[in-house]
Formats: sequence, structure tokens, C-alpha cells
Amino acid sequence: MTLLSDTVGRVFGALATKELIESAEQGVWPEKLWGALEEGGLTLPLVSEAAGGAGGTWLDAHVVVRASGRHTAPVPLAETIIAGWLLSRAGLEVPFGPLTIAPVHAGEALTLARRGGALAVTGTATRVPWGRHAGHVVTVADVDGRPSIALIATSGARISEGANLAREPRDTLTFDGATVLAAAASDVTADTIRLYGAMARAAQMAGALDACLEQAVRYATERKQFGRPIGSFQVIQQNLAVLAGHVAASGIAAESAFRAADRGDARFEIAVAKIRVGEAAGVGAGIAHQTHGAIGFTYEHSLHFATRRLWSWRAEFGSESAWARELGASVAARGADALWRDLTAR
Amino acid sequence: MPATFRFALRDLPLEAESLRAEVRHFLADEFSGAAPVKRAKSWGGFDREFSRRVGARGWIGMTWPKQYGGHERSYLERYVVLEEMLAAGAPVSAHWVADRQSGPLLLRFGTEAQREKILPGIVQGELAFAIGMSEPDSGSDLASIRTRAARVDGGYLVNGTKVWTSNAHLSDYLIALFRTQVVPDKKHEGLTQFLVDLRNTKGITIRPIVDLAGKHHFNEVNFTDAFVPDDARVGNEGDGWKQVTAELGYERSGPERYLSSIALIRELVREVGARPEPRGMEAVGRVVASLATLRQMSTSVAGMLQAGDNTYLEAAAVKDVGTTFEQSIPELTHALLDLEPTIDSGSDLQQVLGYITQTAPSFSLRGGTREILRGIIARGLGLR
Repeated sequence: MTLLSDTVGRVFGALATKELIESAEQGVWPEKLWGALEEGGLTLPLVSEAAGGAGGTWLDAHVVVRASGRHTAPVPLAETIIAGWLLSRAGLEVPFGPLTIAPVHAGEALTLARRGGALAVTGTATRVPWGRHAGHVVTVADVDGRPSIALIATSGARISEGANLAREPRDTLTFDGATVLAAAASDVTADTIRLYGAMARAAQMAGALDACLEQAVRYATERKQFGRPIGSFQVIQQNLAVLAGHVAASGIAAESAFRAADRGDARFEIAVAKIRVGEAAGVGAGIAHQTHGAIGFTYEHSLHFATRRLWSWRAEFGSESAWARELGASVAARGADALWRDLTAR
Repeated sequence: MPATFRFALRDLPLEAESLRAEVRHFLADEFSGAAPVKRAKSWGGFDREFSRRVGARGWIGMTWPKQYGGHERSYLERYVVLEEMLAAGAPVSAHWVADRQSGPLLLRFGTEAQREKILPGIVQGELAFAIGMSEPDSGSDLASIRTRAARVDGGYLVNGTKVWTSNAHLSDYLIALFRTQVVPDKKHEGLTQFLVDLRNTKGITIRPIVDLAGKHHFNEVNFTDAFVPDDARVGNEGDGWKQVTAELGYERSGPERYLSSIALIRELVREVGARPEPRGMEAVGRVVASLATLRQMSTSVAGMLQAGDNTYLEAAAVKDVGTTFEQSIPELTHALLDLEPTIDSGSDLQQVLGYITQTAPSFSLRGGTREILRGIIARGLGLR
């Protein structure tokens, strides 16, 4: 794990620079960064070695995904990791290049229907991460009444480009009968994309919160007002301690979800993580900005790479309120006296 | 990167899970049918008979050496017993201050004679402990304490006053921090801890301090020329600050720092389940997300204790995040429901809400205020 974490840190540290992130925001695909990630074997941690992956675990993937959030790396790494995992789980071949997953938002679906010997896909998925740059999109949809994992070329879609607050591509993909490249039934649930998408965003947000804390603490020790570093004032110290508490809670909540994913049913832990980290995102971004004062509000300063992502990511694959309603409903249905028993059984 | 926390994920071992079943069985026998408001009092409850039964099951001093009556089990097993006791609202006060901090203090810094004399009694649930740290003029600024232990032949003569001393009126011993030497401009020096026999020491007066709800659990403990013998000193003269810091690490790390409102959470879930609507569901979902996360953090600290790591910083973080969470429960219950909190009438939910609402201010005061904890965290971040 330490080796992996060192490798990941080295790649992002060297390549996910301010210049690269800014150019990605202008629409330039960060080829060099993506190439290094692929070369380092970091894009397919859950795909078997025989199939060209790293043959690792979700906890390995967690190291990579969290680091991508911490370095605010402008690439669909989390999406590719999930897509690769789904494809290999269904026994399908994993194509080269960046992948994405859809749908992101509740109430949307890509529908698969048999047409001759093949499957055709129809439907619209809005705000698909990196849609224009991903060669393929992976979805979970019913085929013959069974949840199936499908690989679809984005070249078969009409793409309407959009972006999130952090200027990461969020594109609308409309399919009107394009042929599905491959599909296979799997034992996954129908909402698997939303579930694992939420898990990945939780880890990315935990990483971005790490970055917020690191930057805010550094700024507080460097910036002087009234003749001393602002970090020597109790009010700043207390605020940063609150931020640190949220960072600690976020980190363990996200990691716990990945551990549960290695063990099987991670729905509870994923809901917990998306809710808890999502709550931390708002508070954490707020404290980081308040600490930085006006300079952190400029484009020139890099704090916003993390905070704009936090504000966007918390709303993807189910906001914390959406997940809280779902989790709360299941807890209430199990009953008050099952709460502690269920909690300690996880 | 500043030195942040090390919250490593920790699994509870299998033996801890079979122990959990045992504890649940025991607690079901003890408390089935107990009113929710009684359970809400949890670690406010002081019941020597209950503590003796817990001791008889081998659940006090679980991690201590067998030569002192301990059970040489892991911190993770102890953690499971504790979280089950708290979740069930068991009245643990008569044994758990000693189990949590006084016993470990004596194990680490006490004399062999003190260990042999005291620890077996704690393990059996026979000896209850109170903690004498704060004074009328020294709260968060603990190192400024003035209660003086002056050297005399064969021991010390103590003069001064301790306050907020929970259960001093019910306890057998007090672990007290006294000033044995006045070192100008160095208030952290000259402090020493003592094991004070509350039952057999002349010159000690214990008076109740009644809390805002009209309850008596804490006290003012006055010392007037009280003689404390040499063999009651814990550790070396002048080592008190270092020892107290270690002791507070034990005091702050446990599940009691996020489970104080569990009885109210349970009644809230019951209410929301009976009348499902989106706002209630969302509130419950958010509460459970925080609860589950805090449990992971607290388990992680138990794992650090097991590994012999220093938990001072992490314990401060768990307590700060945990008490903020505990205090939010009565507020969100009020925000969600059109319900008056009560003390002696009304539904279970109303009474539990009444009890927790009035107790909640203490959550972020006892065991180190929120401001002190955040100062500790800030130091960990390299800001001071």
C-alpha cells in the first residue's frame, strides 16, 4: 500500500501541476498525465493482470482515487476504474483509453433492446463525466429482465458538451439506437453505477479535503497580519481544528466504503460515506476559503481547484440529502431497536 | 503536509464479536423493560451492585495484568464491552472511571504496593473512583491549580478546593492533582498526583454542586490540613503534568464521547419510522452516517491503544467531532418535531428529549472543553 501510495503521489506530484489543470480547464486533454497513469498501471487496479490490469483490491483503488482528488487531477480516473471493474466482472474485455460511466443522475437510464443479433442503446444521459474524451461508456441496464453490464462506444452518441463548476467536462450523451459493443448479465444491482460512482466521489472529496486542510494550514503559517502569522490566532486555530475533524471523519468514512466493497455488499458504507463526506465538503470548503481571505477567491490561487470540485462532486451520483433519505428510510424500516445491532454488524 | 491524524481502519477481532453476544445477553437480563429515559442516563448512572456484577463477569480491568486481578484481554475487546454498555444505557459510573483512567494510571505510574492494594478491588467492581483536577480558579487552565500539598513528616498536608468532582460523594478514592512545589513562571512544574482515600482521610469536606436540572452528581471537595501519606503519592513529585496528560488521553478516547445521545437517536428513529416522511428520513440518514463514521474513528483509537500508540491527538479529534454530533441530536429533534421536552410526564421521546436537552451542554465541557481540544488539534497541525 505504501509503495502504491508513493507511486501515485509521484505521478500526480510531477504531472498534475497548476499549469496542467488550468490548461485542462481550457479544454485540453491532459495526454501526458493520462499516459503516465496508464503506464503506471493505475487506471485499472481491479482488472486482473491477465486482462491487462493490476489485479488489486478496492482498497488499492482507494489509494489511487483519493490521491486523484487530493491532487485535483483533471482526468476520468475514478470513472475508468469503475468501468474497468464492471467490464471485467462481467467477463468482458476492457478497451484501452479513458472510460466513463453513466447515468450520473437519478431518473436517467440508457435502455438496451435486442435488434437482430445485436443490442441497441437508446436514451439520454446528462452530465456524463469526461464524455467527449472517453472512448467508451459503461452502463448497467436490463437485458431480458436481468441487470447487465454493457460497453458502448461514445462515437455512437450525439454529444452536447457541458462542464461542472471546476470546468471538468460533463457532457450530455444521447443514443438513438447505436449498437452496443458488448454486454453480459451480471449479479450487480440496477443502481450499481450510482452506488460506485458515489463511493468514488466520496474518496475524491476526502482527497480534495486533505488538500484544503494542507493549503489552509500552510497559508495560516505563512500569512502575517497584525505582526504575526494568522495561524497564531486562536480563532484561526479553532476553525482549522474543525476542518481537521471533518477531514479525519471523511477519510475514514470513504476508506471504510472501499473496504466494504472488497467484502461484498457496501451499500450501507457507501451511503454513509457520500453523506458524511458531502457534509464535510461544504463546511471544509468554507473554512478553507475563510482562512485564505481574498487571495483564495482569485483564479490565480490554486485553492479553488479543490473547492470547486467539492461543490460539484457532492452533487453527483446522489447528493448527501438524497442518500440520507434512502439510508434513513431503510434504518426506519428496520426499526429503532435494530439500529445498534445493524450498526455493529458492519 | 502537517502532522494530521492517523485514523487507520480497524476490524474488531472475532473473539470480540463473541464477547459482544455475551455482553448483550447480560444486558438484556439486566435491563429488559427499563424505561428509555432511565437508559438515557447511561454513564450518569451509579450503581455499585451493577458494577459488582460487571466485575464478576470479568469486564472491568479487562486489559490489565492477571497478577492484579486483570484479564489480559485486548483493548478492542474492552471497547466492545464499553460500547455495548453505553448503547444499552447501563449505569457504569461506579466502576468505569477507575476502569478507564485511574487503574491504567496506577499501572503505569503507581507503586507496586498501590497496584496490589487497589487494582484487584477495582476489577471486582468494589472500588469507585473520582477525579480531582479542576479548581474554582482553574478549569481549562489546569496547570494553574493551587491546591497545595506541603511536605510534612511522613507525607503531605493538603489545603485547597477541587470542583466538578463527579461522584466524589459516592466514591472510595480520588485521584487528585496537587501542587507540591511552587516554581515561579513554570506552572506545569511542581505538580504531583495522589491517590486520596476519601473514606479515611481527615480534613476532607464534600459538598454537592447541583446541576441545572436539579441533580447532584458533581461536588466541591475541600481539603483543610488533610494529611496524605507518602505512600499515596502516584509517581514522582513534579511528574503530575506529564501523567495527567497521559490520563486525559484515556479519558477522551472512548465511545462515551459520541454515544451520549444514543437513547434519543433510538426514540427519534422510532418516531420517524411511525410517521415516514422525507424530512424525517433525511435527518435519520444523516445521523446514522455520522454515528457510523464516529464508530469507525473510535474503533481506530481502540486499535491504537492496543498497539501501544499515543492517542492524545486522535482522542481529542474523536471527542471534538463526537460531542458536536451528540449535541446536534436534541437540536435536530426539536427542529423536526412539534414536541415539547419534558421531565416527568409525556411520552418516552419527550422525556428522553428533556433529559438530553438539559445534559447536552456538558458534553463539550467535561473531560476537556471543545476549545481546549481544538487547541490540541491545532498544535498537532503545527499551528502552535
